[in-house]
Amino acid sequence: MSSLITKVRLKQIEALLEQGKRLDERGLMDYRPIQIEQGVIEKAEGSARVLLGKTEVLVGVKVESGEPFPDTPNEGVMTVNAELVPLASPNFEPGPPDENSIELARVVDRGIRESHAIDTAKLCIEPGKKVFVVFVDVYVLNYDGNLIDASAIAAIAALMNTKMSNYEVKDGEVKIKQGYTQLPMKAHPVTVTIAKICNKLLVDPWIEEESVMDSRISFASNEKGEICAIQKGGSGFFSPQQILEASKIAVEKAAELRKQFDW
Amino acid sequence: MNEKPEKLIDKKGIRSDGRKVDELRPLKLQVGVLSNADGSAYIEHGKNKILAAAFGPREVHPKHLMQPDRMVLKVRYHMAPFSVQERKSPAPSRREVELSKVIKEALEPALFLELYPRTGVDVYVEVLQADGGTRCAAITAAALAIADSGVPMRDLVVACAAGKVDDTVVLDLYDAEDKLGAADVPVAFMPNLNAVTLLQMDGILSTEEFEKAMNMAMEGCRKIYQMQKEALKTKYMVVKEAGEE
Amino acid sequence: MPTFFEKKQLVIPGDLLAEGDYLPGENTYMEAGKIFASRIGLADNENKKVNVVALRAFYVPKVGDIVIGTIVEVGFNGWTVDIKAPYTALLRASDVLSRPFKPQNDELSQVLTAGDLIVAKIASYDRAHDPQLTVGEPGLGKITRGQILKVTPTKIPRVIGRKGSMISMIKQETGCQIILGLNGVILVTGKSLPDEELAIEAIRKIEQESHTSGLTDRITQLLKERKGNKTEEQVNE
Repeated sequence: MSSLITKVRLKQIEALLEQGKRLDERGLMDYRPIQIEQGVIEKAEGSARVLLGKTEVLVGVKVESGEPFPDTPNEGVMTVNAELVPLASPNFEPGPPDENSIELARVVDRGIRESHAIDTAKLCIEPGKKVFVVFVDVYVLNYDGNLIDASAIAAIAALMNTKMSNYEVKDGEVKIKQGYTQLPMKAHPVTVTIAKICNKLLVDPWIEEESVMDSRISFASNEKGEICAIQKGGSGFFSPQQILEASKIAVEKAAELRKQFDW
Repeated sequence: MNEKPEKLIDKKGIRSDGRKVDELRPLKLQVGVLSNADGSAYIEHGKNKILAAAFGPREVHPKHLMQPDRMVLKVRYHMAPFSVQERKSPAPSRREVELSKVIKEALEPALFLELYPRTGVDVYVEVLQADGGTRCAAITAAALAIADSGVPMRDLVVACAAGKVDDTVVLDLYDAEDKLGAADVPVAFMPNLNAVTLLQMDGILSTEEFEKAMNMAMEGCRKIYQMQKEALKTKYMVVKEAGEE
Repeated sequence: MPTFFEKKQLVIPGDLLAEGDYLPGENTYMEAGKIFASRIGLADNENKKVNVVALRAFYVPKVGDIVIGTIVEVGFNGWTVDIKAPYTALLRASDVLSRPFKPQNDELSQVLTAGDLIVAKIASYDRAHDPQLTVGEPGLGKITRGQILKVTPTKIPRVIGRKGSMISMIKQETGCQIILGLNGVILVTGKSLPDEELAIEAIRKIEQESHTSGLTDRITQLLKERKGNKTEEQVNE
């Protein structure tokens, strides 16, 4: 997922990095401005729109009832899908999900699932027979770098915004009642992506930085500072020391962002 | 035949498959097993049985994927329908698509992509039997297949996972441990260049546990690397002539 | 400043070969003052240059190389040729036809068609273009008789031998004409099938045991043994 970058631009980026600066005047450890808007799609049970710089991601959550997985008969089900919508970038083509959108979905899924962000035990309607199924659909509307963090933040914001219908089980049938319940959540993980360019680590790469970066590594962490998902991406490598450094940066930044969002 | 041990590590610190916490599963590596591939390798790691083949450098198909200034590496990680307990559909699953991507990104740093512009190397990894840690075994075999094909490499790539089971950081999780454990951290590594080329985690670990797991995985990588070397040397060893005895 | 290998030691990609005041030669690369092997092979050094003789490599076209290839496709102004390399080669019609070329497909396929074998020379090649071939020199052109075998290109020098001693001996003992393409494709043309098979056997043996010593003697022995058997058979008839 790279856009064409000129050699001149590349030199500029490298020269600035030497001085600890970036093209948009951010520090190496600074995020772009983040805007979160919840409840933007009324027909969805939950939704949120995130602007991370110019990267725009919309997440819609639909909650339906369905069968539980056989090995977790009393727990709700969650599934995450991501679409790199063609209007988001000249490089996104219509069609079935490609490796980039699948990776994005699975990384966002991991952060939510492993941190037990959703209290799936409270999503059981009829043990062994019916549970709530939470569909998280990540819709990338504009690509300007760092889809992982933007999507992960939007997903949590959307889940926090999600309301499920009240129901009762009568004569073996699930009936919808009046009123709503907030989707029960246990954690609010935040994913921080760090890119490596010219052997320097920087957070929240934007599109031009992504075109020149060596590789990236994303860490999802929860309120306790525990790491619940890691994904290295890109065709370069990190030294073990850089990985440990990145992990510390990610946990720190996640706490900062969580405070910023008031989660 | 579903074995689900109750406790994964007993009081003596022995795991449900008889191993110590820092012990690797038995490994077998063979190089040059497929006559039609430019390079190939076979790995048995615990109950994992994985075959890897490399073709190229050769023309890129479809043509629009060709790059004018570099070689393109394509990796297909695929599981045979009979490789797991419940038959798996032969169609690529989302997991296989993601693994194909991360395995490719684990191998790319070892290649001199700029040396052969407008060409491609295709690596096919087939998991014939799976028992946890297949992506690591796949990388270990794929790197051997590429070296066997004669494509120049900066270093071999070797991979191993560590994780957390019953509150203990352990090396090389097998399937039951992966499913019931608290975390799994696969790591791929270029041992001579001290470069980590794949790192993933699912589960929950404190930052200290993560550091411990990563270091343990790299130790495992170094041990498996010696076996990779042996496997290559076995294939390319000098032929002992009758005269020399 | 040290080297870290013994002469003709088997090394693999990533093995540290030398540090300090050395130059990276064949199948090696340099990073941060250290020289590493980039292919499986036998390490050696001539003075300050560290080389690895690769045991497995593919052919990279070089201008001036003689290669043997197979016609893959007849195009409208030339042919695509498979030279067992990462790049397909092109042979222009203008190179083959002695008179001005008229783009009529039929004409070209009568000169050379898919499946034909040719001996050619690499006329031009660079990073941005596929290799161009020429057959406009004596000894080059379409192959009509004989058998083809493929060996790893790095073994060709061993098949040639010192000052051509090995290849001359095989030619002499088997009575075969042998053309060695630097792309690892070899053409063996003999008076009879057994002659050709013997030459092929000898070449295969060289490929297998190229990195051992005493090979020349063993090949000589092999050829003499086989020829001896043949003479016996002839006598017994």
